[in-house]
Amino acid sequence: MNKINIKIEGISYQVDENLTILEAAKACGYEIPSLCAFNHGECNQGSCRVCLVEVEGARGLVASCVYPVSEGMSIKISSAKAVTARRESVELLLSNHNKNCQQCDKNGQCELLHVANITGARDDAFAGVLTETHIDRLAPGLVRDTSKCILCGRCIARCENAQGIGILGYENRGFNTFVAPAEDRSFADSPCIQCGQCVNVCPTGALMEHSEIDKVDAAFKAGKHVIVQAAPAVRAALGEEFDYPIGTPVTGKMIAALRRLGFERVYDVNFGADLTIMEEGTELLGRLKNNGVLPMITSCSPGWVNYAEYNYGDLLPHLSSCKSPHQMQGAIIKSYWAEQHGINPEDIFVVSVMPCVAKKFEKEREQQKVNGIPDVDAVITTRELARMIRRAGIMFNRLPDEEWDQDIMGDYTGAAVIFGVTGGVMEAALRTVYHALTGKEKEEIVFTEVRGHEAGIREASIDIDGTVVNVAIASGMRSAKVLLDQIKEGTSKYHFIEIMGCPGGCINGGGQPYVRSCFLPNESDDIMDTYKEKRAKALYSEDERQVIRQSHNNPQIKELYDKFLGEPNSHKAHELLHTSYAAREGFNEL
Amino acid sequence: MGKLNATAVAKIEEICSRYTDEKTPLMMILSDIQNEYGYIPLEVQEIVSKHTGISVAEIYGVVTFYSFFSLTPKGKYVIGCCLGTACYVKGAGEVIDRFSELLNIKPGETTEDGLFTLDALRCIGACGIAPAVTINGKVYPKLDSTKVEDIIYQYRWNETHGEEAPTA
Repeated sequence: MNKINIKIEGISYQVDENLTILEAAKACGYEIPSLCAFNHGECNQGSCRVCLVEVEGARGLVASCVYPVSEGMSIKISSAKAVTARRESVELLLSNHNKNCQQCDKNGQCELLHVANITGARDDAFAGVLTETHIDRLAPGLVRDTSKCILCGRCIARCENAQGIGILGYENRGFNTFVAPAEDRSFADSPCIQCGQCVNVCPTGALMEHSEIDKVDAAFKAGKHVIVQAAPAVRAALGEEFDYPIGTPVTGKMIAALRRLGFERVYDVNFGADLTIMEEGTELLGRLKNNGVLPMITSCSPGWVNYAEYNYGDLLPHLSSCKSPHQMQGAIIKSYWAEQHGINPEDIFVVSVMPCVAKKFEKEREQQKVNGIPDVDAVITTRELARMIRRAGIMFNRLPDEEWDQDIMGDYTGAAVIFGVTGGVMEAALRTVYHALTGKEKEEIVFTEVRGHEAGIREASIDIDGTVVNVAIASGMRSAKVLLDQIKEGTSKYHFIEIMGCPGGCINGGGQPYVRSCFLPNESDDIMDTYKEKRAKALYSEDERQVIRQSHNNPQIKELYDKFLGEPNSHKAHELLHTSYAAREGFNEL
Repeated sequence: MGKLNATAVAKIEEICSRYTDEKTPLMMILSDIQNEYGYIPLEVQEIVSKHTGISVAEIYGVVTFYSFFSLTPKGKYVIGCCLGTACYVKGAGEVIDRFSELLNIKPGETTEDGLFTLDALRCIGACGIAPAVTINGKVYPKLDSTKVEDIIYQYRWNETHGEEAPTA
């Protein structure tokens, strides 16, 4: 790429051409405060005016996030004019903002407060009419509050880029503008899949997960047997909330923290993941053998299941009937575990810690209940767990590393750990399917061809002793749509497809810690490009450390089938571990 | 939603297909639908979304941004009062208030009998004849609030008698 010469504060630099001033300044070591600009131009509207700088010869101040650098340009970031303008831009954003920051769960991670802090903005500089408050709390996954919205447009861009759904948009004009699903509907009354990607990018508290910490508190208060289970992707990211570098696995400390929060049992959802592989692998083999509906598609990701029900109702028979791992494990806790301990399932309260907000929706589904009892009672995100840990005064970094409870369940294999990353479910399934087809273990158990950590499609043909299995993997609905349209047109060549709702899989789920370079001054400056890879590595390294790396070799899984379920896909297994789907109307009649 | 009949769906699809070669066809499609049906409800926006690949939220945003587009059916006669600067200083405020008072509706609303819709418009480029009002495209120049009652009377007469009212 060609280099050009620019000056910042009179000092000469050489930078790549085609950069915006914001990007060029970053390459030279300046972080110009900004709000609407996000992730290399994923959102770039120049609308918030927080990144104004002075450019010699330009008319007025320019928004550095959209203004391109050019040869010989002279930029002033800290001139009195630019500094004042940036402060006033933030003051104007604050003038109509609902400033009840103490009651806002974003407090501490709010980018508006961050730029107010660095620009020296006062909250009472301009008296303005507050933005009208529309609060949507109807969806189990997400909460929207317009009084916190600064109209930056990041959520709109993310929904469109990652999922291709475009649920959110600007409505009305001028001071009456707000961001909402069409008709200012609730997420619950629109084809929103509740993946939470919009929550991950929101700079303020306008979009948040629908917190269930209160439900957990109430269960403790009611004296229930409160049991917690944590998904694989949580351990790869929870540390970020406590200033560990991105990609640091904190499994042992997380277990210790959960125990100190008072949970009666601390289980790994990986046991449920191994169980899923047994059920799903058997289902796939059955479909292959009996000319069943192919390709079979995984059903672990509730965001993806929502998308299928809204948009591809006729393809639902392709979805595996398996519940997701935490739902399976919840069902086992409330049956097998309850039986073994002589506890009434109604007295058990199962809490899942998830990297996901769609799981909050999934657990409420009627089709997931067993005899009217939900498998899981509350779902909290990685971020909510961090909030609970801080609230309890637990000094996370000083915790010892502890082990999962493994009384009659909870043992897990390396195959289960990698469920948290795109391609992981596929690889775990292939390890077990290989064994089922050949009766022997594959010596080289790593299927690198299915691995990845970004959105997009990967495919592979795996030859298992003469049986060729064509597989494909997609994450993010924009990618998944390509594979689904192939099935619809009858051109799909695959036997088995893994689809995850969020780009990169659960490691990048809508309930994971926010990744913001402005809050991570010591991470490399391209952290937006590398965080998924780093979190994925944390999971693959845990897989490598496991002695047993195939689900079918998990001794407690074998015991569960021997003592309780019979065999995979048995009548009992179907009753407890499988579910059904139904096509849904996107914009339902109100 | 499924409230639209097959003819309406086919018509909307036909309108969408008029502009397949356009880079940004949305405004033209919406404009044609507004002219054809008088309003653009959500179920229609969904069809446009399927055809163009533009999200429903974005289409809804455009429809609510421009006052020319409407989400609800408009009356048989759409009264557009220009409130641009020239019209405003010449007394357009009093004109629209008088319409509002006599029809008992606020700007943006439609009378219960479905006859009149009152719209407040930004400058319509007729500053030389300010204050200007348009009714279904017919321009009424240099209005003042005293003439408003007559105009409404004319339309009501026309509606019941099928002819113009005799002038006093």
